[in-house]
Amino acid sequence: MTADTNADISPYTSYVTGDPIADTKAPAGPVEERWDRRRFEAKLVNPANRRKHTVIVVGTGLAGGAAGATLAEQGYHVVQFCYQDSPRRAHSIAAQGGINAAKNYRNDGDSVHRLFYDTVKGGDFRARESNVRRLAQISVEIIDQCVAQGVPFAREYGGLLDTRSFGGVQVSRTFYARGQTGQQLLLGAYQALSRQIAAGNAEMHPRTEMLDLIVVDGRARGIVARDLITGRIDTYLADAVVLASGGYGNVFYLSTNAKNSNATAIWRAHRRGAYFANPCFTQIHPTCIPRSGDHQSKLTLMSESLRNDGRIWVPKAKGDTRPPEQIPEDERDYYLERMYPSFGNLVPRDIASRAAKNVCDEGRGVGPGGQGVYLDFADAIARMGREKVAEKYGNLFDMYARITAEDPYKVPMRIYPAIHYTMGGLWVDYDLQTTIPGLFAIGEANFSDHGANRLGASALMQGLADGYFVLPSTINDYLARHPHQAVADDHPAVVEAVESVTGRLRRLLAVDGDRTPDSFHRELGELLWDECGMARNDAGLRKALDRIPELREEFWRRVKVPGSGEELNQQLEKANRISDYFELAELMCLDALHREESCGGHFREESQTPDGEAARDDERFSYAAAWEFTGTGKPPVLHREELVFEYVHPTQRSYA
Amino acid sequence: MALATRAARRPSTLATLWGSTVGKKTVMAVTGVIMLLFLVVHMLGNLKIFFGAGDFNAYAAWLRTIGEPVLHSSWYLWIQRTVLVAAVVLHAVAAYQLSRRDLAARPVGYAHKRQRASYATRTMRWGGIILALFIVWHILDLTTLTVNPRGEAGHPYQNVVADFHTWYADVIYVVAMLALGLHIRHGFWSAAQTLGANNRRRDRPLKWTANGLALVLTAGFIAVPVSVMTGVVS
Amino acid sequence: MKLTLRIWRQRGPEQPGAMTTYEVDGISEDMSFLEMLDTLNERLILEGDEPVAFDHDCREGICGACGMVINGQAHGPERTTTCQLHMRHFADGDTIDIEPWRAAAFPVVKDLVVDRSAFDRIIGSGGYITAPTGSAPEAHATPVPKPVADTAFEHAECIGCGACVAACPNGSAMLFTSAKVVHLGSMPQGGPERESRVLGMVSTMDAEGFGGCTNTGECAVACPKGIPLQSIATMNREFLRAARKAPR
Repeated sequence: MTADTNADISPYTSYVTGDPIADTKAPAGPVEERWDRRRFEAKLVNPANRRKHTVIVVGTGLAGGAAGATLAEQGYHVVQFCYQDSPRRAHSIAAQGGINAAKNYRNDGDSVHRLFYDTVKGGDFRARESNVRRLAQISVEIIDQCVAQGVPFAREYGGLLDTRSFGGVQVSRTFYARGQTGQQLLLGAYQALSRQIAAGNAEMHPRTEMLDLIVVDGRARGIVARDLITGRIDTYLADAVVLASGGYGNVFYLSTNAKNSNATAIWRAHRRGAYFANPCFTQIHPTCIPRSGDHQSKLTLMSESLRNDGRIWVPKAKGDTRPPEQIPEDERDYYLERMYPSFGNLVPRDIASRAAKNVCDEGRGVGPGGQGVYLDFADAIARMGREKVAEKYGNLFDMYARITAEDPYKVPMRIYPAIHYTMGGLWVDYDLQTTIPGLFAIGEANFSDHGANRLGASALMQGLADGYFVLPSTINDYLARHPHQAVADDHPAVVEAVESVTGRLRRLLAVDGDRTPDSFHRELGELLWDECGMARNDAGLRKALDRIPELREEFWRRVKVPGSGEELNQQLEKANRISDYFELAELMCLDALHREESCGGHFREESQTPDGEAARDDERFSYAAAWEFTGTGKPPVLHREELVFEYVHPTQRSYA
Repeated sequence: MALATRAARRPSTLATLWGSTVGKKTVMAVTGVIMLLFLVVHMLGNLKIFFGAGDFNAYAAWLRTIGEPVLHSSWYLWIQRTVLVAAVVLHAVAAYQLSRRDLAARPVGYAHKRQRASYATRTMRWGGIILALFIVWHILDLTTLTVNPRGEAGHPYQNVVADFHTWYADVIYVVAMLALGLHIRHGFWSAAQTLGANNRRRDRPLKWTANGLALVLTAGFIAVPVSVMTGVVS
Repeated sequence: MKLTLRIWRQRGPEQPGAMTTYEVDGISEDMSFLEMLDTLNERLILEGDEPVAFDHDCREGICGACGMVINGQAHGPERTTTCQLHMRHFADGDTIDIEPWRAAAFPVVKDLVVDRSAFDRIIGSGGYITAPTGSAPEAHATPVPKPVADTAFEHAECIGCGACVAACPNGSAMLFTSAKVVHLGSMPQGGPERESRVLGMVSTMDAEGFGGCTNTGECAVACPKGIPLQSIATMNREFLRAARKAPR
């Protein structure tokens, strides 16, 4: 487990095929009864016995915060971690647009089944039906729960909840709190968790980062974590470990994720034996503010809700550098409306992103470097008036103006796609348990519900469904079935995990090279964006797979981490996270290379329809790819989980 | 299975108030308003000086008879004095304790100094100290007549006139009244805020009222020494 | 552009600190303030110096992690968070003073990083509505008038960055505390815990060593989310009401 530095630097482009893997926990029977059946069949833990069980939760976002609060309410002893200085700052807070729920308050034909259908279809038939059906069913309870917590959702004058539409659907089922829905939902979970912390039921460790997983006799029994203030390495032992550490979009360096969001927790779990599923399924959000220069440290998202009223266009002619207001109507190409008349500007994210890339590749992009398209509110302002537009989108317009110094009420906004979300993650079964017994993964950290593409406003839904409702039910079953002996602090597995962590940090500090951690991260990110971003092909992926091991080797030879390990050392934190990104990037590229089809966010140039749309290959790839780690730089083992569609039959997605 | 998160018994209302910064600030607001009401009446009474010695001295004598025959002579005055002394003491003690807290809450200041808040807001503490010292001098001067240049009991008009013929009494008085104006300017609005009477609609009217009160009281009080100095009152 | 930075450097909570001067060149006006500091840090690392520690995360103005006092103003000259402050608001040749939040309740951890965990403890002492998972009634059971929902939202926008405390001459946390009291107290769901919430939160706020409110209004001026000063008046009213009415 310490073979980071001297690993084989020759690239791997092949893999070993292992046994298929199956989701053994999902009950059979009609899809609408499966969740109820699973809950009934699950064993329970006597309320009086719950406080004897310790559950570790890593991360305090929507999934982790909700799970921590709920498990503590149930009586478990919860020990929770976040790298931020407060659990309230997890990156769920930045979600803007909204949260889906099949309430059908609009009487517009919505239903649990339709949300289920839309999500499976939106995910391009690469998600499990059982999971998605459960998600749709729970969506309704989530809204009730959040309203009861005092989440100030947008309301109509009658006092009832307002909704709006999001991409990829034709009903209005997205509940929102202005442009800050994620913030409001997260604060709800954070407040519930704070109550449990104050009551002594949950023990909170802020500014503490998980650096390894402790596996004893094949079961997850704790974590090794670093106190980011003092640098102290501690072990925390428990009966089960829940990872709610979010996605891995920051592997691209530039993404809409928080700067410190990272993949270390899930990657360390992967190295300890948890399979990693569909790493190449990454989502690119179509409406981000384009980068302004090399200094760019992150990208800022503009809510998808803008596509409700904004119109996306580029000039018809290549290299047209006139300012937008001087381009007459008939020389503009509203390409989404032209290509997808029935969904128009509200096509799913992957389609909107790719279309933007295509027009920019054609040389019709706008703004510096031609990396942008217009998102124009002139028509909306003419139709609804400036005031109404300001009421709906004011905070987003303000944010845009602050960053770009342009007034979006007067000049169309410039947008460009950016990495936003990762559908891939740790493989989990219906109970959200990974392939390591006792290790659970929830929220964006797992792979389960969105297939190859996530619909807008579904991430909040999934995070809260996992955290409030699914995990607190399913974890009972595990804890009830597996009474645990206490693990000694000096158990060999514990000692080994601690040594692995300290050794790694020591080596990072010892290199004392001549390049900053960020310079490596930037280089890796650019490579991935070029070769494993919006469009991928065989040659490019092979090129990336050649380059990544070289870069990794160079990193371990030339990185310079100042300071020591026994203090607040933000560069050490960064370097440690980056060292995991190299390995993850390699697996992403291999996954993308092996999946010779296009689906959702994964677009292989070799696999497209005559009119340039993604072409799935259900014959060969109707499965989730679960990868098993075998060593740094060593070909991993592929375990296929076949996907069965009984209710939503795979068709070519059509939004035309 | 959520456990109870709160202690079973809470302290009394008074203990809750005095034990918290918000409650102590309420004490300051209430005592401040009491003193302010007194000052309005006091100022109006002072203006009787412009009606001549007879009127003014008769008014002063009448003050001792308030409440008769239910109350004995001067009893009302003593009740009022007691209330005012209590208000001053509570106001000052709360201010002292809160100020100590406030200073301790920012042990290291900023290297980059910047002008903050309005002059009235920034001078509340010094203004308060000036006013406290003034009250002592004022009582010694015109109530006990200890330091009054004339000091003849029963002749307040003459005492006042004699007083304001000295330069130092004028300086002390005018400076204190300017401090009073500033103190009220921030204090009145602040009291409304502290007592929870402020809201977005009332904010502006309250600020104007505070400014108006400050101006009227300062002008009303200063009118007396100025008139003496200029010979309007003699 | 070229700038002179005077930055507070302090190795640890117990160590002494001092303002240290750095020159930076080649700063683009499109950079955010934090990207400007990134540029400085990249250089410091290669020069073998210790980079400047500062808190930051989302860099889009919502997580509340970042915060520094820039030229004496919390979050700098614009009404926004430090991460959303852009260098176009400074001029070539400027000298910029950068200091951490200063308050007894926010001890300095290192350089510009402070410990704001006191805020979490204030929330833990009442800043919630007790609604155990699964116990919620149907969302439309209690309609909330739009103006009430809007008021609640306006106060719920607080990001917990601590600029109010940094700006207040008394290091007071009244605006932070009142934002949560008003958010939850204005909604019907928050009614049952109305008294215990305000009493608990104010008591913790005091115990954490924040100063009292002298109504200077500096907090509301510094607040990047525009929490209004009047919310403190509302909290005061709630507190007085609770001090009288709360069940004992």
